[in-house]
Amino acid sequence: MNTCARRWIPALGCALAAGAFAVAAALTAARRPAMSGHGAVAAAPFVAADAAAREAVVPIENFAFAPGTIEITAGTRVVWINRDDTPHNLVGADEPRLFRSPALDTGEQFAFVFAMPGTYRYFCSLHPHMQGTVIVR
Amino acid sequence: MQGKDDTSRRTALECMLWAGAGVLWTVRGGVPRSSLLIGGAEAAEAHASGSSGGFGFIQISDSHIGFANRPNADTAGTLSEAIGLVREHRDQAALLLHTGDVSHLSRPAQFDTADQIVRGAGLETHYVPGEHDVLDQDGKPFFERFMPGARPGGWYSFDQHGVHFVGLNNVMDLRPGGLGRLGAEQIEWLEDDLRGRPASQPIVVFAHIPLWTVARDWGWGTEDAERALSYLRRFGSVTVLNGHIHQIMQKVEGNLAFHTAMSTAFPQPAPGTAPNPGPIRDLPAGRLRSLLGITSVREVRGRERLAVVDTPLGA
Repeated sequence: MNTCARRWIPALGCALAAGAFAVAAALTAARRPAMSGHGAVAAAPFVAADAAAREAVVPIENFAFAPGTIEITAGTRVVWINRDDTPHNLVGADEPRLFRSPALDTGEQFAFVFAMPGTYRYFCSLHPHMQGTVIVR
Repeated sequence: MQGKDDTSRRTALECMLWAGAGVLWTVRGGVPRSSLLIGGAEAAEAHASGSSGGFGFIQISDSHIGFANRPNADTAGTLSEAIGLVREHRDQAALLLHTGDVSHLSRPAQFDTADQIVRGAGLETHYVPGEHDVLDQDGKPFFERFMPGARPGGWYSFDQHGVHFVGLNNVMDLRPGGLGRLGAEQIEWLEDDLRGRPASQPIVVFAHIPLWTVARDWGWGTEDAERALSYLRRFGSVTVLNGHIHQIMQKVEGNLAFHTAMSTAFPQPAPGTAPNPGPIRDLPAGRLRSLLGITSVREVRGRERLAVVDTPLGA
């Protein structure tokens, strides 16, 4: 796991100590209602065996992506979790559009694997002032 | 009691919001004015003249069926209450406008519930989409169900009792960091739609996001509205009705009168009073219904004016 990605993991809890990859397993269902951070990890049904799996978590809180910019390595899976009581979505800002999530209600999440290096901007099409950037090294 | 200037109008509106009363909003000879509906012989007279004869319609907005958080766990219930209020005013109204965010998440069951409740009004109803209504398939399910006669992009116009109604869609294809957006195709259609109409014909434009910039930081405005409004300025009476911001706000610009409606689901904060535009969650007990409501609009024959009255669900 790259150090930048690691910074976001604590949002989900203490998975790093267990090898970090439990987080990925906990979040496989993109629209599954999120449990509380520690609970989600503890309840993971299995630990991913794929040592290449990397994951970064970006909570959506107070009408903002927190943090707005993240740096990851190619192949990292980014998971957004909506912690607001208002729905949000994730839409790639550049053409061609890389991804467009369904609307995430409170507690729902969406994941996308960034395979290629580059700088990817995205926003919430329900609240276009909410913008974020994923830098893939 | 007529607002003598912007300051008194704003003060009146603030008073009204917290007193849970209504605002009578009139356009006389192209000059819009606001009046309180509480107390005073003049206000009573204005209300009476605004509600007799002529042609009227009602606006509801932002029913957000599917939302079930604080401060309102029963948005279907409050929509039903709003429709009950519409039924009370039905003899004065020829039609009903819904200015969008019918649903919270564009889900078929949410559309079903809203449709069923709104039909209870027994009025011809015209919809425009909110951004919460077009989350699936570029809005196709919403357009098919609620806007069967509209252009493919979700806009349309019609005439009723000599008033020209224009329903616009400014919630699609939004840009990062941007406001609401109409798009070139819709604006060109509007130019064509208005061409050749007499300047004396009252125009009512309805769209979800305000067509004037209420709060840029929160995306409360429409980035290409100015070009659309340029085709409307030659008309003597233009009433622009919006939703989206879940509170009453109004602005007068020449012959253009802008008015935003209350939600039937939950209030949102005034710009600058909260860190984000999310629902006002912590309301004093019993206050919710004073911040939800409907809007009645009347045209009074021979007076060239439209009267806009906001009525909350409760005190």
